[in-house]
Amino acid sequence: MSKNINVALIGNPNTGKTSVFNQLTGLKQKVGNYPGITVEKKEGVCKLPRGVKAHILDLPGTYSLNTTSLDESVVVELLLNKNDKDYPDVAVVVSDVENLKRNLLLFTQIKDLGIPTILVINMADRMSRKGISLDIETLEEKLNTKIALVSTRKGNGIERIKELIADYKTLSTKPNVNTSRISPEYFGRLQKAFPKEDLYKLWLVITQDVNFMPIEKKRIQDATSFSTKSKDELKKLQHKETVLRYQFINNTLKETYKVDFQAAKGLRASFDKVLTHKVFGYVIFLVILLTIFQAIFDWSTYPQDFIDEQFAMAGEWIKNTLPPGVFTDLLAEGILAGIGGIVIFIPQIAFLFLFISLLEETGYMSRVVFLMDKLMRPFGLSGKSVVPLISGTACAIPAVMATRTIENWKERLITILVTPFTTCSARLPIYLILIALVIPKGRILGLSYQALTLMLLYIIGFGMAIFSAMILNKILKIKSSSLFMVEMPTYRLPLLKNVAYTVIEKTKSFVFGAGKIILAISIVLWFLGSNGHSEDFKNAESIVNKRIEDEGLSNYSKNYIQNNIDTYMRSTKLSVVDQPNAIGLKSLQDSVLIMTKELKERAKAQEVASYKLEHSYIGYAGKAIEPIVRPLGYDWKIGIAVLTSFAAREVFVGTLATIYSVGNDEEETIKSRMSAELHHSGKKPLFNLASGISLMLFYAFAMQCMSTLAIVKKETNSWKWPLLQLIFMSAFAYIVALTAYQILK
Amino acid sequence: MATVADLEHGQKGIIKEFSDIVLPIKLMELGCLPGNSVELVQIAPLKDPIYINVNGSHIAIRRSLARQIELDILEDPKAI
Repeated sequence: MSKNINVALIGNPNTGKTSVFNQLTGLKQKVGNYPGITVEKKEGVCKLPRGVKAHILDLPGTYSLNTTSLDESVVVELLLNKNDKDYPDVAVVVSDVENLKRNLLLFTQIKDLGIPTILVINMADRMSRKGISLDIETLEEKLNTKIALVSTRKGNGIERIKELIADYKTLSTKPNVNTSRISPEYFGRLQKAFPKEDLYKLWLVITQDVNFMPIEKKRIQDATSFSTKSKDELKKLQHKETVLRYQFINNTLKETYKVDFQAAKGLRASFDKVLTHKVFGYVIFLVILLTIFQAIFDWSTYPQDFIDEQFAMAGEWIKNTLPPGVFTDLLAEGILAGIGGIVIFIPQIAFLFLFISLLEETGYMSRVVFLMDKLMRPFGLSGKSVVPLISGTACAIPAVMATRTIENWKERLITILVTPFTTCSARLPIYLILIALVIPKGRILGLSYQALTLMLLYIIGFGMAIFSAMILNKILKIKSSSLFMVEMPTYRLPLLKNVAYTVIEKTKSFVFGAGKIILAISIVLWFLGSNGHSEDFKNAESIVNKRIEDEGLSNYSKNYIQNNIDTYMRSTKLSVVDQPNAIGLKSLQDSVLIMTKELKERAKAQEVASYKLEHSYIGYAGKAIEPIVRPLGYDWKIGIAVLTSFAAREVFVGTLATIYSVGNDEEETIKSRMSAELHHSGKKPLFNLASGISLMLFYAFAMQCMSTLAIVKKETNSWKWPLLQLIFMSAFAYIVALTAYQILK
Repeated sequence: MATVADLEHGQKGIIKEFSDIVLPIKLMELGCLPGNSVELVQIAPLKDPIYINVNGSHIAIRRSLARQIELDILEDPKAI
């Protein structure tokens, strides 16, 4: 019978555990979350010799079984629960040859649990450079295990791991360290009380604050003699355990592990000197940041434009090929547009994680944390919040995903909550069009007012993020260990395979995680925008047609047609002069006639669309909220745009274009149309300095992005935080916009 | 009493016996145990955190924690 072997991969961070996992499973892996918490669960399948299959679980990196974070609790919970379906038949402890001593601490703990345990010593390729020599045979004997010497970089030794896993039944399950030696008296009593239980397991159940086997824990607490031990006493015993384990490890390594220290120094020291230098350190970090910024902000626009075009084309195609009807509309304008709204983020996410995983793989990320920690601390953040916050200036979605590197839950939550304040690229189209409309063209000290306004908006966004972090730090009462400890790994060339896996994995988790919510909301918004219950909506076409018959096209549409014809005439006249054998006057008149007809059709269609939107559910909603938005200087049309742009901020401009019935793609026309719009008093333009600034501030602070909400829901695993974010940010935005308008008007 | 926070660039020290339990267990697991040597590798530009090599583990910790690890500073770093 071919039962799958359950294998758990365990190891310290930075040992290349994930590389081992990738090489064992290839692309046959699945990434999800542990139920109820946000710790990533990675599993895969590996084919072993003799037709056996192994189910491999890549457990979160941990230094020991004494847990301090959620990630580590997952490891302990699994290893103590024999009934868990993932409970390992065999544990593979991955270690790094340079830090073998420290890595063996975890190994002895796992071994003492009585689980068959294999030791993988990774990074074997660095041994000669680091002057390390190993006596594997003696080491196997002393540790009472089997060892695979592996280099994931060179791909050596993976077959050996597979063989060892397949032969796991021959492994000894004898412990390395006798637990009762920690305190013979205490453990003697413990054993008497629970004669059937394994001592080390009992010890872990007592000391670890994890929520496994509640009954068993209660049983131990009930046996009063063991609960009398105070926390401090237990900690002393843990201290003693650590000392004992290190004694065992030192004895083991004394004969088997030799390091020639002369060879060991070098690269790390010189790199550190430059990368954490008080001037160069920051300069280099700034340059790297600018590159990342450029990539997310600028380079990703090419693939994004491409995606946009493809989806627009696909939408057109569906509309033209399928029979017209509700279903086709749903497919083309609801579902397809919704999926397009998800796919459009892929380039930015992929770029950000490409850089992040490169920085992590090389070991540089720890240096950034080291450089920035002091700067971030007054705001309740740590050095680890820097990259997410800065990537938020491109897009909050990958930024929120990037907070996973922050182990401290409070810091991570604060970072997630404040990141959406930073000015993301979706705000830019709104800012640009409003600035052009309402900010005068003058200059001060050689800088244009318009550029200054844009810069100010960026500063406001970042300042608000930092400021609210400070407030949240004060009011959030979350207990989390304040221990700040960052390992500074050796510098390594990144393994491209690992980088690729990270990028693919993160993209997948966005598309399938947050994507569902985004798609659902897009379909709802589409439905509300393209349906209505009133007679006006149902008869939109005939009403608009009748109006056009009676009163002609709207003044705006007339202008629009005239302008287009004028431009056309001018260009053809020029070519008539240029070319002696040019088209005759007659054919020119003909073509103008055809063009006018086409333009009229288009103008008509746009007026119908505008009328429909006005009388759709969302149109009524816009009118319904007019009393609320009027104090901010907006009318119901802007109200509608604010509502629809909840899907994504950049939709704001597109919606206004539809309402003002101008083509979607012509920015200049939208602008001129917007500037022609009058305030309800009829005395000043609708988009004046006061209402323009009020709108910009509203968009600076409001949580107008369902994709961010979706990803926050996914990352915090509850609706509580995204909803709080939505309510607080919107309320704050409203108040600020209101104040600004009332002062400026 | 000298602590890890008093080390200067490149200086080494030997961790003293400590009986109380102020140090997080995690730090001990990384090798921060009595008798082991600590070397100060780098100090962050803003003087905090500091980057140490303890027992072969390269880690960065904040000064507040470093102040709790007592040690004997070695005058001659080549002594070990």
